[in-house]
Amino acid sequence: MPEQRESRLAGFRTLLYKEVLRFWKVGFQTVAAPVLNALLFLLIFSHVLDRHVTVYGDIAYTGFLVPGLVMMSLLQNAFANSSSSLIQSKITGNIVFVLLPPLSWGEFYAAYVIASVARGLFVGAGVLLVALPFVELGFAHPLWILAFALLGSAILGSLGVIAGIWADKFDQLAGFQNFLILPLTMLSGVFYSIHSLPPVWQQVSHANPFFFMIDGFRYGFFGQSDVSPWLSLAVVGVSFVLLAALTLAMLARGYKLRA
Amino acid sequence: MSLPAIRVRGVTKRYGALQALAGVDLEVHQGEFFGLLGPNGAGKTTLISALAGLVRPDGGTLEVMGHDVVGDYRNARRVLGVVPQELVFDPFFNVREMLRIQSGYFGLRHNDDWIDEILASLDLTAKADVNMRALSGGMKRRVLVAQALVHRPPVIVLDEPTAGVDVELRQGLWQFVRKLNRDGHTIVLTTHYLEEAETLCGRIAMLKAGRVVALDTTANLLERFATHTLQARLANPQAGVALGGRADEDGWVAFAFDSYADVEPLLARLREAGAGLQEMQLGEPDLEHVFVEVMQRA
Repeated sequence: MPEQRESRLAGFRTLLYKEVLRFWKVGFQTVAAPVLNALLFLLIFSHVLDRHVTVYGDIAYTGFLVPGLVMMSLLQNAFANSSSSLIQSKITGNIVFVLLPPLSWGEFYAAYVIASVARGLFVGAGVLLVALPFVELGFAHPLWILAFALLGSAILGSLGVIAGIWADKFDQLAGFQNFLILPLTMLSGVFYSIHSLPPVWQQVSHANPFFFMIDGFRYGFFGQSDVSPWLSLAVVGVSFVLLAALTLAMLARGYKLRA
Repeated sequence: MSLPAIRVRGVTKRYGALQALAGVDLEVHQGEFFGLLGPNGAGKTTLISALAGLVRPDGGTLEVMGHDVVGDYRNARRVLGVVPQELVFDPFFNVREMLRIQSGYFGLRHNDDWIDEILASLDLTAKADVNMRALSGGMKRRVLVAQALVHRPPVIVLDEPTAGVDVELRQGLWQFVRKLNRDGHTIVLTTHYLEEAETLCGRIAMLKAGRVVALDTTANLLERFATHTLQARLANPQAGVALGGRADEDGWVAFAFDSYADVEPLLARLREAGAGLQEMQLGEPDLEHVFVEVMQRA
């Protein structure tokens, strides 16, 4: 029935709106702070290394660094959005407001992940905008940029849903963030090309899906990358599908939400 | 006979070694003011949570207005409003935002007229634009009631809504809930304040260790289980105790009896025993006595 479909969509839209409003209301902390953080990275690294390092032959280090910083900020904030919202709601008990209405687990998942994508894109765009005055950046393949930004933030948004549901306290969530998300991001080639690594570490980097997110994203700017963008797209796409399936299965079972 | 507002059939739920619900069966009729009573850990909140879809039962079925809470959860949740026991709130939003968001979850996008009506009924109009964090505990409790009502559910469950609430708010809340009941809403109430349940509820179920151990109208329960009491201050309390009374530290002795016809013979026996009656008062049967009696027998 059209009326019922409309009403279903209204439930999903409201949860999405609420999740976006939640981070927007504290935008200084959720958007402005990570942008400033990335800007500081950029200023310091470019001051130290720009004249000494070039990548892919003739690209200045600062130019190489910017897409990595944009993607790193985007990924970390997409994760932070869904995970912090869920753990806060669980610990304060107000998760019940979302569990009592007639929302399906699919709507629940989509709303949290799309809100995470929105925050990731806001922060990523913010970092890019403040970085542009400092670097000359090409936009060789904008669609690749967009595809990796969307898929990367959706993956991290899904991981955030998993972590937010799994963690019973902030300490566990911090562990997930500091011992999994942060190392995988920092070791993914944000600050370097993996071709500068010894062969063994190049192989190890290929086991890190975050590497493919950043490498594919960087291809969108320079038209050059460490591995083929199609390979990156395949790895990132499959990772998203697997994580989405895992998250949906957890939600469908009511894992830790509907005891 | 019309469809029951709530139908619970053979519901079981276990948490590890704890059998929270051990085969609960009950029906709540449309338009009833129904009480769900029991000591802590009896399974009241688990049963309500199962009804609301917050807990998945291991066995049995639950329906709200004929809608299965698992198989037809969308419709079951549309007809149910739940006021949770915990004083929970979302610190990011003000009262009106919270109510608009809650309406939206139920598919209602233009609900401001009804929201204004609820705010006025719960004396929250002046607080509509105040952030949830800035509200007192009593105000937060009212917002929880308002949130449960945004989608005009025909069945409303209140899980210990007056726990830790001052007298004025409690009375205001009951006035409002009674009006909802008069308007045709089915009300299910859990409370530890038995005098509230006695005054408000037409029918009561008592739970112990996950089982329904009594289910009847309040009047029938009072008649079946409760006894009258005669409290007597005696010059010689020991004489009263010898006649089956229970003495307290202040020299009062309590005698239980079934009907007023028993009073005169009791007084005669006290006189013969030389108890020295100084003062006396009669106590009506109340739900507290019923509750204690039922729990001891179960």
